[in-house]
Amino acid sequence: MTEETPGAAAPPAPVYDDETPKKFILAAVLFGAVGMLVGLWAALELAFPALNLDLKWITFGRLRPLHTSAVIFAFAANVVFAGVYHSSQRLLGTRTASDKLSAIHFWGWQLIVVLVVITYPLGITQGKEYAELEWPLDILVALVWVAFAINFFWTIAIRKVKHLYVAIWFYIATVITIAVLHIVNALAVPVSLTKSYSLFAGVQDALVQWWYGHNAVGFLLTTPFLGLMYYYLPKAAKRPVYSYRLSIVHFWSLVFLYIWAGPHHLHYTALPNWAQTLGMSFSLMLIAPSWGGMLNGLLTLRGAWDRVRTDPVLKFMVVAISFYGMSTLEGPIMSIRDVNALSHYTDWTVGHVHSGALGWVGMISFGMIYWVVPQLWKRDWAMPSWINAHFWLATLGIVFYIVPMWVGGVTQGLMWRAFNEFGLLKYPDFTETVMALQPFYILRAVGGTLYLVGMIMLGINIAATAFGKAPAPVAAKEVAA
Amino acid sequence: MSTNTETWQKHGTFENKPLLMTVLVTVLISIGGLVELIPLAAVESNVPTIATVTPYTPLELEGRDIYIREGCYNCHSQMIRPFRAETMRYGEYSKPGEFVYDHPFQWGSKRTGPDLARIGGKYPDAWHYRHMEDPVATSAGSIMPRYGWLLTDTLDLSLTSRKLKAMKMMGVPYSDQEVTDAVAMAEAQAKTIVANLATANIEATGDKEIIALIAYLQRMGTDLRKGQDGSTDAASGTSEVGHE
Repeated sequence: MTEETPGAAAPPAPVYDDETPKKFILAAVLFGAVGMLVGLWAALELAFPALNLDLKWITFGRLRPLHTSAVIFAFAANVVFAGVYHSSQRLLGTRTASDKLSAIHFWGWQLIVVLVVITYPLGITQGKEYAELEWPLDILVALVWVAFAINFFWTIAIRKVKHLYVAIWFYIATVITIAVLHIVNALAVPVSLTKSYSLFAGVQDALVQWWYGHNAVGFLLTTPFLGLMYYYLPKAAKRPVYSYRLSIVHFWSLVFLYIWAGPHHLHYTALPNWAQTLGMSFSLMLIAPSWGGMLNGLLTLRGAWDRVRTDPVLKFMVVAISFYGMSTLEGPIMSIRDVNALSHYTDWTVGHVHSGALGWVGMISFGMIYWVVPQLWKRDWAMPSWINAHFWLATLGIVFYIVPMWVGGVTQGLMWRAFNEFGLLKYPDFTETVMALQPFYILRAVGGTLYLVGMIMLGINIAATAFGKAPAPVAAKEVAA
Repeated sequence: MSTNTETWQKHGTFENKPLLMTVLVTVLISIGGLVELIPLAAVESNVPTIATVTPYTPLELEGRDIYIREGCYNCHSQMIRPFRAETMRYGEYSKPGEFVYDHPFQWGSKRTGPDLARIGGKYPDAWHYRHMEDPVATSAGSIMPRYGWLLTDTLDLSLTSRKLKAMKMMGVPYSDQEVTDAVAMAEAQAKTIVANLATANIEATGDKEIIALIAYLQRMGTDLRKGQDGSTDAASGTSEVGHE
């Protein structure tokens, strides 16, 4: 019950389905690189507008949703699926319940990704952030998610290990909450196959959208990745989780508090004040469970810090957990209304999102991938030195991304509210504030390029490892898994 | 310390019972959402109605759909916050009642470009035409893409009537007559915009997408001013606004 080493109590390993996590990892890396490339192009369009190329399909307004959806649903979600399928089997001591459902889940999800890549550039969109998919795609997402849920809970039902390890709790929260969020926010009245109108209007639509939008971050980019952290960090560090009690407390408080925080995206808008205050209060409370998770992760490394210097997997994970702690402090600070008055609508928000996305989600994903690929393919990395290079490119890339966005965002926010000595706007011409951002947009693109190059190196490394020759078996590593 | 440990071990009950855990998680994640969403929908005073706010005309609705299609919300907000710096730059701050027919809302979250909540009437039709053709022509230093295809692509009115019908289904007060006559109404409104453009020596035809987009942009945020004799202080965001 108080088992703190994942999978320690598992009976002799049954034949696990390793093909499904393998496929999800390949899809995550492929689509992740594409999604980041699209993001880089969109960033360059802001620095050099000529790169819109007068083509309707790739204007910033159509490309940015493609970037956000690709990195969230095609990169991050595919990583989550890979980790859930790989770790659940080992934690539950049984093969995934249904290979058929696994296949439906995998191919169904990739079909959705491909349809997004086709429909968004065509301008087929519901016009709600991170939920632009038109209604037939929304239905497809719901169906595939249900297939995933059935497969997941069925596997739990036939488990050989009675006790559910903390990672599984986080997976349960993810499966349930994403389903609820997606279905409610996607409610719409269709006009044609490619056009529908949101069932909600105005203020209500805004609140539903940000209840969804904020918790997509909470339950697709936080809870499942914490689950992954709880499985893969102790594995890689060869140390038990620091505190069982802390994991209980921060799990339940995170799950309860997160869902309230959405209205902090709507400060000073036409949303009633009471809702804004609720959103702000719960955002501040969220610091506690978030840092609980961070501390539990970092303290798991006690006694293993010397290995952080040499083991690239641990390096990725330590940086990831540090960025998790940083962005879960920055977020609540930005949710304070007076801070938000300055930060909202500026690139500070974009920087904040990317410190979470590139720093936490990206780095923990890379750490997991670099640990799990040799296990899954039973081969050593083809180019082990590239892993370290990727680590430094990614870390540097994040710094080059978020620092210009901080400076640029605060600059623009201050320019918007600056008055001259007569009490008139100091910069009445909006484009003045746009031009002030150009150097920051260029620096940001440099950061994005570094991060993308690292991602491509990961892709080449995986291809060379998985499909290249020289099948040197990994000696005895699998035993521990 | 030992009783303390026992307390913690009670959690083990959950850890062996996935169904119980799933139910508890579902309850916990529902509370916050329900407490915020239900009062907002159920309590009328949360969104005070404004009498002068009326549904979009068929042409404006088509223009709004082009706005959505092009993803304008990725760079432009439609939500003026109640700060002096914002009301000086953009105009009267936004009221909840102004958005009751906005399926979906388009408040946005980023101002790479300026807020558009009160763009209606700020510039002549010809300005918008030139701006979409080449933003730099009207706003030096702009990083907005050129939207040349809006000037050449034909506006598709084949779904207009169905769009009004869908809106009506959701409670937007269109009459049956308006649903039936949607296309004719759109074409009539297009003619007035074409005529406006002609005064600025722009030769355009009413069947282009740009015409619908101009109709939408010129409507945006203007309802508060209707019947107010130009005074802005009466636009207080309550139901007293706009006696007709």
